[in-house]
Amino acid sequence: MVATAGEPDTLNPVLNFGVDGASLIFDGLVARDATNTLVPALAAELPAVSADGKTVTAKLRSGVSFHDGSPLTAADVVFTYQAVLDPKVDSTLRSDLDMLTTVTAPDPATVVFTLKYSYAPFLQRLTLGIVPAKALTGQDINKAGFNRQPIGTGPYKVESWTAGDRLVLAANDTYWGGKPANRKLIVAFVADDNVRAQRMRAGEFDAAELAPKLAAGFDNATGYTVQRVPTADYRGVMLPLTNPVTADPAVRKALAVGVDRAAMVTGILAGAGEPAFGPIPPTSEYADGSAAGNPSADPAAATALLDAAGWTPGPDGIRAKAGRQAAFTLMYPASDSLRKELALAVTADAKKVGIKVNPEGLTWDAIDTRITRDALLMGFGTPYDPDFVSYKLFGSVFAAQGYFNPGSYKSPIADKALQDGRDQADPAERKAAYATFQQQLAADAPWVFLTYLKHTYVVKAGITGVSPRVEAHEHDVANSLWWNINTWTRS
Amino acid sequence: MVRRRLLVAVPVLIATSIGMFLLGAASPIDPAKQYAGAAAFTATSENLDQIRANWGVDDPLPVQYARWVGNLLQGDLGWSTSRHEPVTAVLGARAGWTLLLVSTALAVVLVSSLVLGTLAAYRRGGLFDRGLRAAAYAVEAMPVFWLGLAAIAVFALSLGWLPAGGLTEVTATTTSAADVARHLILPVGVLAVSQAPWFLLFVRDSVAESLRDDHVLAAKARGLPGRTVLFGHALRTALLPFLTLIGTHLPELVGGAVLVETVFSLPGLGAVTVQAALGSDFPLLAAITLVTTAVVLTANLLTDLAYTAADPRVRLDG
Repeated sequence: MVATAGEPDTLNPVLNFGVDGASLIFDGLVARDATNTLVPALAAELPAVSADGKTVTAKLRSGVSFHDGSPLTAADVVFTYQAVLDPKVDSTLRSDLDMLTTVTAPDPATVVFTLKYSYAPFLQRLTLGIVPAKALTGQDINKAGFNRQPIGTGPYKVESWTAGDRLVLAANDTYWGGKPANRKLIVAFVADDNVRAQRMRAGEFDAAELAPKLAAGFDNATGYTVQRVPTADYRGVMLPLTNPVTADPAVRKALAVGVDRAAMVTGILAGAGEPAFGPIPPTSEYADGSAAGNPSADPAAATALLDAAGWTPGPDGIRAKAGRQAAFTLMYPASDSLRKELALAVTADAKKVGIKVNPEGLTWDAIDTRITRDALLMGFGTPYDPDFVSYKLFGSVFAAQGYFNPGSYKSPIADKALQDGRDQADPAERKAAYATFQQQLAADAPWVFLTYLKHTYVVKAGITGVSPRVEAHEHDVANSLWWNINTWTRS
Repeated sequence: MVRRRLLVAVPVLIATSIGMFLLGAASPIDPAKQYAGAAAFTATSENLDQIRANWGVDDPLPVQYARWVGNLLQGDLGWSTSRHEPVTAVLGARAGWTLLLVSTALAVVLVSSLVLGTLAAYRRGGLFDRGLRAAAYAVEAMPVFWLGLAAIAVFALSLGWLPAGGLTEVTATTTSAADVARHLILPVGVLAVSQAPWFLLFVRDSVAESLRDDHVLAAKARGLPGRTVLFGHALRTALLPFLTLIGTHLPELVGGAVLVETVFSLPGLGAVTVQAALGSDFPLLAAITLVTTAVVLTANLLTDLAYTAADPRVRLDG
């Protein structure tokens, strides 16, 4: 019995359910272990990549069957990926599989992926859950009953789903990974944070996801343990290079050293976070320590930068250069209270060094029309591969394309590093490329990275087997603290 | 009379649905982005354009409306883009719970406000009257949301008498009537308590007023027993405006139900309505609006019928 706020819209992986694996109901060709390292799942071993990086061959594990008893074959894998690529299917995953040309099954136990270009992190995209072709062939996948009553190969099968209330899962005794220790799993959907906390306190749930401040209330309560799980989900200020004030590197760098990240973590996140200095989380093997800075504010360094660049304080304390005030608007989505608090903290820190920030809470559709001109408090991040988000967010070819690189950051060095990271298969070379990228980003400061979030969960005492791993932004039924709940035990 | 009312209902429903579409068209929200959720930030614009094309939401508004009406006439309410389900399935699964919540709460409100209000009016200025009025004013000042959380804190957490939320026990696999009833006590109670002050104060004032009416005084003077005068004469006179109040208060009751559903995690229409509005989900919004309009029209009709029953002088067909 676990409780979470986010209810999936569908239980079909093709339509974006549990794309990064750990969906409890489905398995991908590969899965991730407690350290987010890829391990074979429905594939017998990690798929083989050809020397030119354009052909990926996966051998299927033998003896795997779906919940309805039918055997898994290569045709099911082909069907799943072709469904994602089919324009008639309303799947946003197509954007992640740009590089995929064809998927074929030369024999019932082999799947071959052909890519347009070599793509180093391609295996990371193979965590997508495999659906049985038989159950969906000839149907409109967008509207199939399968989306609510799915059939997978995972440790749990769907017993019932009452929308807005709960998802009841029953153990799949023929699971290839071994019989689940927990016979039944109920995921309760409780949207309101306070209500979820109260019901957790009433003893209804074994584990629940709670907001940091509410979870802190369980810290000293007996009978519970609080888990603060690191994530790759960062928040930061995107500074557009088209704005006359934020176009000045001195202003951007002054902000980067002038904000008090440590105070944001303790004050706004109730300790459930860590300072951020770049888009690659410190828990990643690709993180480059030299790009990190001082978690506390350094107003002296900030004012020195501004002085050197010719921004001199006016009578009201706001700096100006050549008749232009050091002032800009910082937008944030009005419905997101965390981003609002962070925006206000940035405003206060900026004022101390003589930069005037006008925070403005807006709806996303209002933000969309101004996103290329005004600064924005944004959030992104994935723990799996540095290419996933950063390639589009900081690549110059994506400048001013919607949420991709809205600030039009253009750096030939960062571009090349991002491209190398994608092209090079050798892990050491990738690591070097991403180190260059992070250093260049720190030098140019197109974003002021503020904090990484931690997801907080409360678990009843006496439960063993809980194994937190670095999480992505999305965490509901899939990919939460309970990613391996089939092996949890109660003492 | 009923037939004439039904004739009026048709243009009202058509106007409502057109208004719904116009409002939807004025909304700047992109349904495809809403559908994509967090993936909207990583999806390419071609990807989102393709999804919009699949749905036909970029077609001219009259085309969309004609398509919707055409499907409606064939009994197809359409596909909810925010719920990823047929609209009929969303309504079927959820409308019942909202209706049950609202109607039970309304019944509780009516009975308790009539009884308590009348008693308070009878002993006007007494301890009971003053206590009741003070309580009513206090409750009126409390947001429904707060009342709900307070009720959970007291009855579910401190006393442990009742469940804190949900429709059935968390481990239940079937929906049994007794289990649901136990889970509905708190939500119905909270909704009733939050809505009762209006009705209660109204009943109290109008009964107190009519206790001074000539015919009531005359009845008293004839030596009729107090109870007969109170319930047979005074309350009956006060009942007429009360019926009107129910009709006008129905939307507020539905609004309260949305909040109560949220606090008690009930799978009613409340949450999906908000989601549909945020996601520019035409088909679902239109269906919910139509259903609500139909319910309000029916309630008005019933109120009018009750009027004729309560007062023979009222004639609806001139």
